[in-house]
Amino acid sequence: MVTYKAGNYDVAVIGAGHAGIEAALAAARLGMKTLIFTINMDNVGNCPCNPSIGGTAKGHLVREIDALGGEMGKTADECFLQMRMLNRGKGPAVHSLRAQIDRVKYSQTMKHKIELQENLELRQAEIVSINNIEADEYSWELTTQMGAVFSVKKVIIATGTFLGGKIFVGEVSYEGGPDGTFAATALGKSLKELGLPLRRFKTGTPARVLRSSIDFSELCEQAGDEPPQPFSFETENMGENKVLCHISWTNENTKQIILDNIHRSPLYGGAIEGIGPRYCPSLEDKIMRFKDKERHQLFIEPCGLDTEEMYLQGMSSSLPEEVQVKFYHTIKGLENAVVMRPAYAIEYDCVDPLSLTATLEFKNFKGLYGAGQFNGSSGYEEAAAQGLIAGINAALSALGKEPLILDRSSSYIGTLIDDLITKGANEPYRMMTSRSEYRLILRQDNADARLTPLGYNIGLISQERYEKFLKKQAEIKEEIERIENTTLPPSEELNRILVSRETSPVTTGVKIADLLRRPQITYEDLKELDANRPERHRSVFEEAEIEVKYAGYIKKQIDRVEQVNRMSEKALPTDIDYREITGLRLEAQEKLNKIKPINIAQASRISGVSPADISVLVIWLSK
Amino acid sequence: MKEHTIAAISTAQGEGGIGIIRISGEDAISIADKVFSPISSKALRALEGYSASYGKILENGEVLDEAVAIVYRAPRSFTGENVVELCCHGGLFVTRQVLRVVLSNGAVLAEPGEFTKRAFLNGKMDLLEAQSVMDIISAKSRQAARAAISVREGALSKKISKVKAELLTLAAHLSAWADYPEEDIPEVEDFAVLETLKNSDKSLRKLIDDYDRGKSVTKGVDTVIVGKPNVGKSTLMNLLSGFDKSIVTDIPGTTRDVVEETVILGDLVLRLSDTAGIRETDNPVEKIGVLKARQRLNSGALVLAVFDGSEEFSQEDRELVDSLSQIPCVAVINKTDLEKKLDDSYIKEKIGKTVCLSAKEGVGEEELEKAITEVIGAENFDASAGILSSEAQRETVVSALRSLNEAENALTFGFSLDAVTVCIEETIENLMKLTGESVSEAVVNEVFHNFCLGK
Repeated sequence: MVTYKAGNYDVAVIGAGHAGIEAALAAARLGMKTLIFTINMDNVGNCPCNPSIGGTAKGHLVREIDALGGEMGKTADECFLQMRMLNRGKGPAVHSLRAQIDRVKYSQTMKHKIELQENLELRQAEIVSINNIEADEYSWELTTQMGAVFSVKKVIIATGTFLGGKIFVGEVSYEGGPDGTFAATALGKSLKELGLPLRRFKTGTPARVLRSSIDFSELCEQAGDEPPQPFSFETENMGENKVLCHISWTNENTKQIILDNIHRSPLYGGAIEGIGPRYCPSLEDKIMRFKDKERHQLFIEPCGLDTEEMYLQGMSSSLPEEVQVKFYHTIKGLENAVVMRPAYAIEYDCVDPLSLTATLEFKNFKGLYGAGQFNGSSGYEEAAAQGLIAGINAALSALGKEPLILDRSSSYIGTLIDDLITKGANEPYRMMTSRSEYRLILRQDNADARLTPLGYNIGLISQERYEKFLKKQAEIKEEIERIENTTLPPSEELNRILVSRETSPVTTGVKIADLLRRPQITYEDLKELDANRPERHRSVFEEAEIEVKYAGYIKKQIDRVEQVNRMSEKALPTDIDYREITGLRLEAQEKLNKIKPINIAQASRISGVSPADISVLVIWLSK
Repeated sequence: MKEHTIAAISTAQGEGGIGIIRISGEDAISIADKVFSPISSKALRALEGYSASYGKILENGEVLDEAVAIVYRAPRSFTGENVVELCCHGGLFVTRQVLRVVLSNGAVLAEPGEFTKRAFLNGKMDLLEAQSVMDIISAKSRQAARAAISVREGALSKKISKVKAELLTLAAHLSAWADYPEEDIPEVEDFAVLETLKNSDKSLRKLIDDYDRGKSVTKGVDTVIVGKPNVGKSTLMNLLSGFDKSIVTDIPGTTRDVVEETVILGDLVLRLSDTAGIRETDNPVEKIGVLKARQRLNSGALVLAVFDGSEEFSQEDRELVDSLSQIPCVAVINKTDLEKKLDDSYIKEKIGKTVCLSAKEGVGEEELEKAITEVIGAENFDASAGILSSEAQRETVVSALRSLNEAENALTFGFSLDAVTVCIEETIENLMKLTGESVSEAVVNEVFHNFCLGK
């Protein structure tokens, strides 16, 4: 191939999906001369699966991305069609925001933001090789299929499902990326030559059908919250919900069609070797694994305002198109549905995340980072979170600054990354609230308190936003002090409220905070009696209420964090050979050598490393 | 952030007339002050280092024991931290109670080798000694690993696993319900959650009670002596325990109940039970004894099967041998002081370890010790026999119960289920400490095993 020198850059990002976008924007905003490559200019920030952002635990991630200075939350707010706070009534730890979004608008908005971003260049090109060269600074060379050679300091791989992508629809299969794009075929070979441990994962998406071919008349409606709440701590005006979603169910006939044709599924026929996620099963998976379940639920979600395509959440499949059409037609409301895009499964190359460090840099390759599905995760939000961390760290490293490592007790982002790099991923990793042992303190409502100071220190949060943030925190503190020190007299009105909430009446004066510690009593309940309540933003009261009501549980979790932090302070060198430490059991030596934990806390989370092994390490450290 | 203050019994367990509880850490002296009431009315915190005080150990105002408290002040102590040593009179039982009072007043049970570890970390040892500390800890770790295996696979495991499995199912349901709000997961009903919590509460309490009731007052291997009547079981027990505990006569069927005794045989501690001779009988009292003997056979960790060497091999002997095929066992051929008439080939074929001795003359005790050590050393040996076997295990179950009660309270007070879930997961995490698994993975696995979820 004839090549030419195309220039020097600080940071280059391969892939402009959700991970790549956050990585490139963060690097550019931190002053790096940054390049971002996409295989197709019209697919920047594409949502090839569901037209929604957030959801349980994912909503937490979006808030955290925003609190650190990322872009996903703001863009989702700008492009939302319907907002819902999930899990209201199940406790503040599991409240999660989810937006239905206009996917075309989302993609265009993101692309435009990238184009307008100072220091950032967007290029349509397929990268065909990555070379690590002997150089002081520009030690990576990226070559496009046109022969352009870019010299860069830091590379972030965010290839999503494009790397070695292969599409399966029944007996049909071909090389390809999501939504009819072409796959990145040459890059995988280059990465293997470099020595990255690649493997095959699989995921899938359901069909899109024509809105006018659906009979909505007998389907359940699902509306958004009024008023809609934003993801971003900076969004002030959300406007109105714009669409409804609908719910329907599969039935015996659907099941029968799938059972009759199961041999035509590449998953069950053996054509797909990649490992698919348990939490994102195709309908045939659900039916095969849970044979007794009579029906499965599906959500019909609009893909945007300027399109008639509707997404069938819950109905992904890799059966032949003909079978898909048949089984979709068994579902109430979809009897005459016109399938515009069939469901498909996609298999792709990704890397074993155990080869990464907590900054998402490869242990064995300085200046090379991974983010998103390439690291073995699943989901737009998980990808964006990693992209942001990889982008920040690539920039900090190029600037010679300390890295940003989020620990598990700081955020879902930290938990996600720690899980990936400490436990690895045997299937695409999805964030869940149950993955966080600290979920009562890692709430979506306090993401700003946890992360905005960090974002400000790094340089991704503006002075203006930071001052607003400080003001809000001060107001929360003040409000907690006020309710801890304000006593309500035992009035008839108060006891009427208490009794109506099925909690005991009072005979003496009682502090507002003590009333709020009763789970049955809310801030709103005491509004009339609390004469000196100041004018504050709703979120200030919300924080104060949660902090007071859950104080006992929050303290328990904070105590636990402090214990772990003590272990986190004991850093482990990453260049030691654990076989040389006597006293460690063999299994522990092998695991430690593979993962090379950065501190004692991380070491203690590795399965196969016992408390006694940790004692040995602590002693070895202080020797 | 300061280290926990730790405590443990620092005298060898089961031996000696004095029990010492060592407390080390910043709060050692203030914790000791809470449990120790000096005769001189001068509190320990008022004492200089290297001084002693005589007084009483109190639990809720009641005197547990008299004791001497020795105060060491940092850095001039074995560990380099503040240290208090409480020297009690009592045997192991009282010493353990004193330890518990210390733990309930804010100390944490020391891990194996932790005093030594702290001594090293505080510069009380040189580099050469450090190596030996690591050797000690790694040896302890191998022991702990064996203990974990016995918890994982033994009778205790079944009891703990049952509680764990129920709580895991519940935690998975709660997680699925929280993480997949829009899927058709069955609603989590408060009363059903409470019922599971109450059941688990009962099971955990029973584990602790069994341990406390003295079934395992002394650490040791649960050992059952069996054999047909009058082969010398009681004589063997008395030989091992050193004094006449069982009624020894020549009349078959004298031992009608299960007699228990803890004995030390070389390095081994055995919790011996002498049982009634196993035979068909019409005597109703003896019948009960025989029934108990058969039950003990199933619950014991180690069986000593006694045969009379001076008698012919009988059908009853054969039945006994056959019933022992799955149980860790040593065959004891007794009465070598008499002429040998027993054909022991069947016994030797079926039971791996056979020892000939005379319990009456006290001949052959060393061979018995060697044989028992070999059987106990085998990998599949389960020393737990369904009972918690150490104070550390008890502490773990107590913590599990504590979090479980917090979950119950959160639920009864009407807190949202996220708070309840966190407490339940902490309970599971504590139970999993006994077996070395990871809780969040277990819950996630359970979620996808039990529920059909996802888009």
